[in-house]
Amino acid sequence: MDYKLVVVGASLGGFDALTTILENLPGNFKLPIVVVQHRTRDTGDTLRANIQLRSHLLLVEPDDKTEITPGKVYLAPPNYHLLVEKGYFALSIDPPVEYSRPSIDVLFESAAIAFGPALIGVVLTGSNRDGAKGVSLVKEYGGYVIVQDPLTAESKTMPEAALALSQVDRVLPLEEIPLALAELSGTL
Amino acid sequence: MDSRQQERENLEIELLLEAIFRYYGFDFRDYAPASLRRRIIKARDQEGISTITGLTERLLHNPNYLDRFVQALSVNVTSMFRDPEFFLTFRKKVVPMLRTYPSIQIWNAGCSTGEEAYSLAILLEEEGLYARTRIYATDINEEVLKKAREGIFPLEDMKDYTANYMKAGGEKSFSEYYSANYGNAIMRPGLGKNITFAQHNLVTDGPFNQFQVICCRNVTIYFNKELKNRVHELLYQSLVNFGILGLGSKESIHFTPKQGRYEQVENTISLYRKIG
Repeated sequence: MDYKLVVVGASLGGFDALTTILENLPGNFKLPIVVVQHRTRDTGDTLRANIQLRSHLLLVEPDDKTEITPGKVYLAPPNYHLLVEKGYFALSIDPPVEYSRPSIDVLFESAAIAFGPALIGVVLTGSNRDGAKGVSLVKEYGGYVIVQDPLTAESKTMPEAALALSQVDRVLPLEEIPLALAELSGTL
Repeated sequence: MDSRQQERENLEIELLLEAIFRYYGFDFRDYAPASLRRRIIKARDQEGISTITGLTERLLHNPNYLDRFVQALSVNVTSMFRDPEFFLTFRKKVVPMLRTYPSIQIWNAGCSTGEEAYSLAILLEEEGLYARTRIYATDINEEVLKKAREGIFPLEDMKDYTANYMKAGGEKSFSEYYSANYGNAIMRPGLGKNITFAQHNLVTDGPFNQFQVICCRNVTIYFNKELKNRVHELLYQSLVNFGILGLGSKESIHFTPKQGRYEQVENTISLYRKIG
């Protein structure tokens, strides 16, 4: 399969998990990566800046209608839902979903619709159920899903909720996820 | 969902939007597809209907349902002093410019239930400018305008709004601006006296005045690129020279044809000055 986009959802414990993934992805990783990390409303730019310190890839918080380009990591801005259209981002301030804005479900659903089988979804550590519905939609639209092995997750609720709802493609310890992504993307 | 089913869903959505435009005049055809789809599916589920075509049928044959549906598609969630740093910059950088005008015209486009219009009123009153200000707060939706005119908001939201207000440079006790009553916060009478809440449709209506300030925050995120650009043309035409355009914190002028016509008032803050 010729994958075109990676979407990642993380909540409690996500900062360390995301950092681990991004510092182990090669600098020539060619797919755009879109991340929803649950966060407080006014964390400003610190989350992005702190992850950037350890990532080979450029991290940006997209504005509305920002074009999706390969080789970048897009971090959902605080207090907005981040949605994917064909080729660019859209934002919304619709009410929180599963108490979350940005919501993983909202991102995954829009990406599943826009990218279908060309999408890879990744669910990481978290202490709520956001992302479970999103994963089931990525599968419904023919995409590929990796869930962090709950045993290796700082908080296992979110990966477990995703696994309870869907048959996914891979369940991997955190450290193995970057390699799997590199392989799927054809970077290796 | 396979590609055939997806094609069918897209067609159903297109027919629904075409139907409410042709029969009722409400034009959602250029709304941003992803968030619009979410709202349509939610409305369909709330009506207990299994298909979008079923929803179209209900809309065409039951005009009473129309208001509720238009509201479901168009209501924007809003809050007081959302993005406090925006209002702080407004206080520091825009207010000094406004002092030079004998009368101040402000347009709050897409005001929804009015939280932002009241926030502006509070800020301008504290800066001694409210008496000579008129705020035109407009929305497509008459239902939300009714609520906005009442000036009654959920009391439970006031805790957040108080924190926002303080971060936005407010120095009073925020509770001076409302009275609490059975779970409601009723905005102080007089606070709304220079606000005109009126219906205006950004998609189909033209300019109606010249303004020193236009706030249109988190409204065009619900439009597709083409409509967003059209609305930016309208906003540009409605601003005086050196007038100020306020957008949502993640809306940038950069992806519109008007980007060379504005300069940013302060780095990282979505306040723009019309310069040409």
